[in-house]
Amino acid sequence: MLKILKYSFFDLIRSRWSYVYFLFYLGLGSVLLFLNNDLAKAIITLMNVITILVPLIGTVFGVMYYYNSKEFTELLLAQPIKRSSIFIGQYLGVSLSLAMSLIIGLGIPFALYGLFQSNEIWDFGLLLINGLFLTLIFTALAFNIALYNENKIKGFSYAILLWLFMAVIYDGLFLMTLIAFQSYPLDGFSLVATMSNPIDLSRILILLKLDISALLGYTGAVFQKFFGTGLGLLVSILALSLWVVLPTLNMYRKSRKKDF
Amino acid sequence: MIQIEQLHKKFGKNKILEGVNLTIGSQGVFAILGPNGSGKTTLIKTILGMVIPDKGIVTVNENSIKTHWKYRDDIDYLPQIANFPANLKVRELIAMIKDLRNRQGNDERLISLFKLQPFLSKKLGNLSGGTKQKVNLVLTLMFDSPIIILDEPTTGLDPIALLHLKQLIAEEKEKGKIILITSHIMGFVEEIADEIVFLLEGKVYFKGTIDTLKTQMETSNFEQAIASLLTYENA
Repeated sequence: MLKILKYSFFDLIRSRWSYVYFLFYLGLGSVLLFLNNDLAKAIITLMNVITILVPLIGTVFGVMYYYNSKEFTELLLAQPIKRSSIFIGQYLGVSLSLAMSLIIGLGIPFALYGLFQSNEIWDFGLLLINGLFLTLIFTALAFNIALYNENKIKGFSYAILLWLFMAVIYDGLFLMTLIAFQSYPLDGFSLVATMSNPIDLSRILILLKLDISALLGYTGAVFQKFFGTGLGLLVSILALSLWVVLPTLNMYRKSRKKDF
Repeated sequence: MIQIEQLHKKFGKNKILEGVNLTIGSQGVFAILGPNGSGKTTLIKTILGMVIPDKGIVTVNENSIKTHWKYRDDIDYLPQIANFPANLKVRELIAMIKDLRNRQGNDERLISLFKLQPFLSKKLGNLSGGTKQKVNLVLTLMFDSPIIILDEPTTGLDPIALLHLKQLIAEEKEKGKIILITSHIMGFVEEIADEIVFLLEGKVYFKGTIDTLKTQMETSNFEQAIASLLTYENA
């Protein structure tokens, strides 16, 4: 598996898109820091960008990589390599190269700005951990979608729909439910609803850490009240890990039964 | 040694293989023939473990393909469509496959045979179809495995490369290997194959030497024999 990971990784970090992605974060980080001159504000803006953009890039790159390397995967399948190693290796190759673009792209401007001397280093670290989680989650979901759909166009549409649903529609539905059932106690419901969306979850994770109650919103407030900041962080990190593990397990299961 | 018993496979409602029984025990070149969609590639891919059978047993050198993925170490496979990661260079791909298989290959000889030296540091995405097929052949034939499976090996090859391919197949045969080939080019099949396996409607319809087929169909022309095999069925 490590060999497959290595090759997928090197294949991807040499592609033009990895550089574009890297340069985007480099530019964004530099602009935010050096024009804004406020580390805390920059982190919040980046959070908003990361929670939307990372899932999008993760899903699109994930399905794209899977479909593009289909024939190559077939070549690998005929080699004496375990099936699941091929897919898990490719998945980790894609997600780690994406995560690396993100971490290095944002890391350079922040390091130059003097992050290591400031107190915000943990907030920034958490932001990057979040980015890593979101990349892992959405690339895994994308690989699942691609494994289930032979048709490229269908796979692509489902991937985009998944992103749209998680990033935009979900919040709308959630909000409408809250309004419609406002006369009922909704704490439990909103806790569950937040945990079933990794994007919401990661947003709350950062806001809990930053301790900005104004931005927490209803769900964040419930989260904080229910778990407290420390436990809240732990629970959301656990839930995010579950979001990585479950799709990966399904990928493992599905890849063993699939025909090529 | 490849043994296939009662192999069934369907894709959706489309039944491709309906009880294929096939034993390939001795060395030699076996051509798997049949009309389009008769299941040639599916059969090959089942042997390789790429297609999971619905029913039936497939063993390669006494290893059941279901559990022992290492049996693929004994097989060299040439896929039908050669498509490789576009960002890799030819040299890197060859090194990578060697690394993945943990084996040394005699790629040098094949590279000079197919005159691929000028392409070694080019990216695979920039190669023509025929050159890609040559790279594909190098990747397949550089290992010395006891079983070789070639799916449409002639696609896109120029006449000289085709000549080299025939020589290579003959050489491998001399070494006592089992070689499975699918092709639609009957002249090629007639020239190199010892036995043919004819698939029709999901079953092995004919298995035997070309001469047996010719006498059975009462014709001296191989192409005609195949054609009458098809009409014979429909008559």
